[in-house]
Amino acid sequence: MAELLIQLRDIYKIYEMGDETVRANDGISLDIKRGEFVAIVGKSGSGKSTLMNIIGALDVPTSGSYLLGGEDVDQMSDDQLADIRNRMIGFIFQQYNLLPKSNLLENVELPLLYGKMGREERRERAMKSLERVGLAEKWRSMPNQLSGGQQQRVSIARALAGSPSLILADEPTGALDSRTSRDVLNFLKELNNEGNTIVMITHDNSIALEAQHVVRIHDGKINFNGDVKEYAAIIQTGNEKYLEQ
Amino acid sequence: MRSFLTMLGIIIGVASVIILVSLVNAYMSYMTESFAGMGTNQITVSLTNLSSRSVSDEDMYGFYEEHTDDFNGLSPMVSVSGIVKHGSDSMSRTSIMGVSEEYLSIKGWELEYGRGIQYADLEARQKVCVIGAWVADELYGSAQKAYGETIKVNGNAFTIVGVVEQQDSDMDDGGSDDFLWMPYTRAVKMARNASIGSYVFSITDLDRASEDTDQIESFLYEVFRDEDLYSVTAMSEMLDELNSMIAMVSAGLGGIAGISLLVAGVGVMNIMLVSVTERTREIGIRKALGARRGVIMQQFVIEAAVTSSLGGIIGIFLGSVATSAVGAAAGLDAVPTFSAVAVSFGVSVGIGLLFGYMPASRAARLNPIDALRSD
Repeated sequence: MAELLIQLRDIYKIYEMGDETVRANDGISLDIKRGEFVAIVGKSGSGKSTLMNIIGALDVPTSGSYLLGGEDVDQMSDDQLADIRNRMIGFIFQQYNLLPKSNLLENVELPLLYGKMGREERRERAMKSLERVGLAEKWRSMPNQLSGGQQQRVSIARALAGSPSLILADEPTGALDSRTSRDVLNFLKELNNEGNTIVMITHDNSIALEAQHVVRIHDGKINFNGDVKEYAAIIQTGNEKYLEQ
Repeated sequence: MRSFLTMLGIIIGVASVIILVSLVNAYMSYMTESFAGMGTNQITVSLTNLSSRSVSDEDMYGFYEEHTDDFNGLSPMVSVSGIVKHGSDSMSRTSIMGVSEEYLSIKGWELEYGRGIQYADLEARQKVCVIGAWVADELYGSAQKAYGETIKVNGNAFTIVGVVEQQDSDMDDGGSDDFLWMPYTRAVKMARNASIGSYVFSITDLDRASEDTDQIESFLYEVFRDEDLYSVTAMSEMLDELNSMIAMVSAGLGGIAGISLLVAGVGVMNIMLVSVTERTREIGIRKALGARRGVIMQQFVIEAAVTSSLGGIIGIFLGSVATSAVGAAAGLDAVPTFSAVAVSFGVSVGIGLLFGYMPASRAARLNPIDALRSD
């Protein structure tokens, strides 16, 4: 059995909004092994984004424990979280989130820069990463000179540049048309086949079905956690409603 | 564009402060210099003689003789209003004064030609006179030609016994060179006024100007018993007064300059704040990719420092150029003062840094998710 990369235990994230208490994550426990391709699926407001923020070390839970690659993330300081994100996680965002005033190479170099890598090595690795997504020749271009699909490939290159343990993709196809979406998904699968661990957050069941493992969040709780085939079967039989009860 | 606006604020602030302070400084030193040229060694006395209480020229000379340690020159000054004529040429603006033999040395001037007024001339009320270079040039063509000639003052013929060296560098109008001196005894007679209303002393020690002034005042008080009847003014004291006035004006100016710097600073602050707010998303991206708080701060503070010091340098350059240009146009020797340059640069860059730092520090503290969501 493969080693666990992510180990979430009884994660609660509770927001106080005036008199109201919002339980965005209401006791989530989840294990993800190295090399897995996991889709976290849920409607908007289900708490999947909160879960992603916690997995991505962008936020800390109110209570519960989170081990990422054996490191205890749940009580880390701001700067420690920044280091964890830098070393272990490659982000792919729905809105690409490239720096508009920097060229492609500079964008891809950014996480390596914060990882204090030397200039030569940084350039070399960023170029390799751009080659990997087929945009090496355009390294001087600015992000706004590219199509949406190309920009998403740059953000994938940026995510890969630091060789992270985890690639975290937040609605990676949300802003793309269906053909480009397919390209991006195939690319993610390819990366998974090469041994990368991928966690993808989506609201779209058909996208979730591209993963090997599906985790379904509803009202801050997990109501399905299993193999993609099992999930596909539930959807096909129309028993999805049953999950929400 | 943003950084250009920031820079513009600093450029204008720095340049205006430098121009303002340097030009006023140049003007002030020009004033001080020309004032000093008027003779800081002189104490002037003016009196209102009454029939019951009066000070005659003999009384004044008596006082002078008793205090030769303090004073090295005394001259009554009797001004005569009138016209100076030679043949058909006349000059109406010439200042005509009755003075003593010591007046030339009190003024510290030299003769170009001939001799000065002498004691014997005073005694005999001689109709002799010493004229300024301008008068000699205008009426006779040169000092040499004027010497020994006669000149008419209100119809009385005087013999020119000496011509004083030219005092003003350009003689477009008479200035300090447009005068005629005669023995004061003669002038008193011409003015048909027996009492002499004003005197000038020259003092031996400039540092003792106020003690000397006090001495003259107490002497006059003995006679007049009323301070309103005389006034004693030391030129050096007036210079002191001028200096303290200059200091006041400079302080006021510093205030104005400070306000213009402050306004520039508020502009810079505004732009910096907007700039950081606009870039919250960028901060979010950088944080998500693993930038620590300090790295973000460093980036923004360096940007602010570079922008504001670049603006400051351009401001210094423009301010200096404008100062020299305006100074040259106004005929002043205007040089940007070091303090104006240092203070304006320091303050504007300081403000740029501070207001670059403050919003950046807030932004760097933001949760990366919140920062990413901002548009």
